Amino acid sequence: MQYFVNVTLTGLTEGMVYSAFALALVLIWRSTRIVNFAQGSMAAATTFIALALIQAGQSYWVALIVALLSGLLLGAIVERVVIRRVEGGPELNAVIVTLGLFVAIQAAIAIVFGSAFQSFPTPFGLEGFQVGDNRIALTPNSVWVIAAVLVTMALLVVLFRFTRIGLAMRASAFGQEVARLLGVRVGRMLTLGWALAAVVGSLAGLLIAGGEFVYPAYMDSLIVFGFVAAVLGGLDSPIGAIVGGLILGLALSYVSGYVERGSALVNVAALVILMVVLLVRPGGLFASSTARRA
Amino acid sequence: MSDLQSPTNTTAEGTRTGGKAAEEAPTAATAGADQPTATPRRSLLPSSTLLRHLLVLLLAAVGAVVLLEITDPFTNSQLATLTYYAIAAGGLTVLTGMNGQISLGHGALMAVGAYTTALFLSADEPLPLPLILLAAIVTATAVGALVGVAAARLHGPYLAGATLALAVGLPGLAIYFHDVLGGEQGMRVRAPRAPEAFDSFISAVSGNSATNTKWLAYLGAICLLITYFLLANLIRSRIGRTWRAVRDQEVAAELAGINLGAWRVLAFVVSAAAAGLAGGVLALVVRLAAPSGFTLVLSLSLLTAIVIGGLGSLLGALLGSALLVFLPPFVTDLGAGWGLDNTEAAQLAPFVYGVVLIVAMIFAPAGFVGTLRMRWLTRRAKRAAAQPSRG
Repeated sequence: MQYFVNVTLTGLTEGMVYSAFALALVLIWRSTRIVNFAQGSMAAATTFIALALIQAGQSYWVALIVALLSGLLLGAIVERVVIRRVEGGPELNAVIVTLGLFVAIQAAIAIVFGSAFQSFPTPFGLEGFQVGDNRIALTPNSVWVIAAVLVTMALLVVLFRFTRIGLAMRASAFGQEVARLLGVRVGRMLTLGWALAAVVGSLAGLLIAGGEFVYPAYMDSLIVFGFVAAVLGGLDSPIGAIVGGLILGLALSYVSGYVERGSALVNVAALVILMVVLLVRPGGLFASSTARRA
Repeated sequence: MSDLQSPTNTTAEGTRTGGKAAEEAPTAATAGADQPTATPRRSLLPSSTLLRHLLVLLLAAVGAVVLLEITDPFTNSQLATLTYYAIAAGGLTVLTGMNGQISLGHGALMAVGAYTTALFLSADEPLPLPLILLAAIVTATAVGALVGVAAARLHGPYLAGATLALAVGLPGLAIYFHDVLGGEQGMRVRAPRAPEAFDSFISAVSGNSATNTKWLAYLGAICLLITYFLLANLIRSRIGRTWRAVRDQEVAAELAGINLGAWRVLAFVVSAAAAGLAGGVLALVVRLAAPSGFTLVLSLSLLTAIVIGGLGSLLGALLGSALLVFLPPFVTDLGAGWGLDNTEAAQLAPFVYGVVLIVAMIFAPAGFVGTLRMRWLTRRAKRAAAQPSRG
């Protein structure tokens, strides 16, 4: 029983990170109909910036803020310089461009920061809380991870629901022509959308890195998990992305906790889950609209 | 005449809604795949496509022998590497260029072929090599059919994501079944010796010593030529035309009685077969089948090769593969010249691939061969317009 609780807690913590990452993908998908495969590399880049600051003696929090700000900047630059040229074009072109960014940024990280495995610090302890006689798998760090993701989501809800700029962003995502006619600067809103998504992605990257080793390709699995979580939720729905992330986190945690040598199977399990969802319910669990055809 | 359009004009403007993006078939990206609509009348080439392809095959075979005999052993091994990249890229270009399906999972399908080859060769008395490579093709085809059935219902980013999951997930199986498949270390491959006939052939042609490296390069070249010959015929056949119809106009194709799903699965299966053969050749040339050989970067490199060469063009796939082989040593030297250390300089090649993917998609989505072909067609059309009386 205790083992089950621990596996579940681990799954929920990791699921929160997948949720955040999936949310970043969904934000971009909603506004530009592009799946940003470069999200993982972009997050890795900001994580390495944070690591460089921490190694230079700065505190975790300074590094966190700088990393998120550089994520904001990176997202805006990527949208403005590269993505703007393929938005609205053939979907294959956009996919290939984000894949190009994915490879290029990952290689750039390796050139600038080296490809060695480096340990990334956590702001809080990694020792589980004591409940009665047992130590459970909920650590101060996982509380921080969950809290950080929840606060970010709350801020996003406030932004989109209760501010003018959020309204303008929703309008640009919903109907570009109409929004433009009504005086919304659609281009700026798209840039802002990418920037915000990059911040959320960077946060996910920093959270998953805490207490682990980072190397330029450490986000490769996370981009798959984030994508699977987003598709579980229908790619279109922020709530779906969050629920999808939690479901995936739990499922993968059970696979690695209960199957013998299951940790080698985690990626395969994600593949199987994705295939089943796409075959049985291609629109995801929470899709807001069905696919349209010509 | 969609292939006469400038490839960039669809990217600048246009409403950015999702429905619109889905409507536009990837014509701009895949213009390289579209053959010239009419071949010049006064051509000396045979009019039958099959005969013409046989002629090209013969010339290419002679060219391959000459190339392998005038180059040094190191270049021979580089050319052996080129053959398996080119086989896989040829399969991928059929899938992406002709049928409009993207796959980031071809590295994983190559892994299937490589592991099959390694397993069969590790037997005490291995089967003859052609049978083993055939087994590699069959296994990869089976996996490809499985993926293809799922993939046929997906498009664009969904398909990319699903095949991405395949590329990241499948090598994990090699670690899970480490008793059979060797885990992280992978399986050593005992490449079979060259037959006697090969020795006498080489000594008759050039008098060079018939090393094992040379034998493997020849083996790769033979597989490459056969694959490209078959693929070229497929592209110019009814099947290729149907694939293009499915790619460009889903609805019209369906109205014409084409079963979209079945044709997409077929494209995936053909493409997977090529990837399986490429994996088999890779296992023989590298003499190792290990998870680290089939990373996501391999799949993305293949994508780079076909994009820069021109989607849907076999010649483009071959040129792109050559780039994959000959560019890394070049940029690594360049990086070392700039004072980067070895591991940093080794990352310059993937960096260049990424930048090339972005730049090619933005400025020349038809790729190298496609852009040249469009230039040529535009010029011919202008000349034809200037002389209307010839009509």
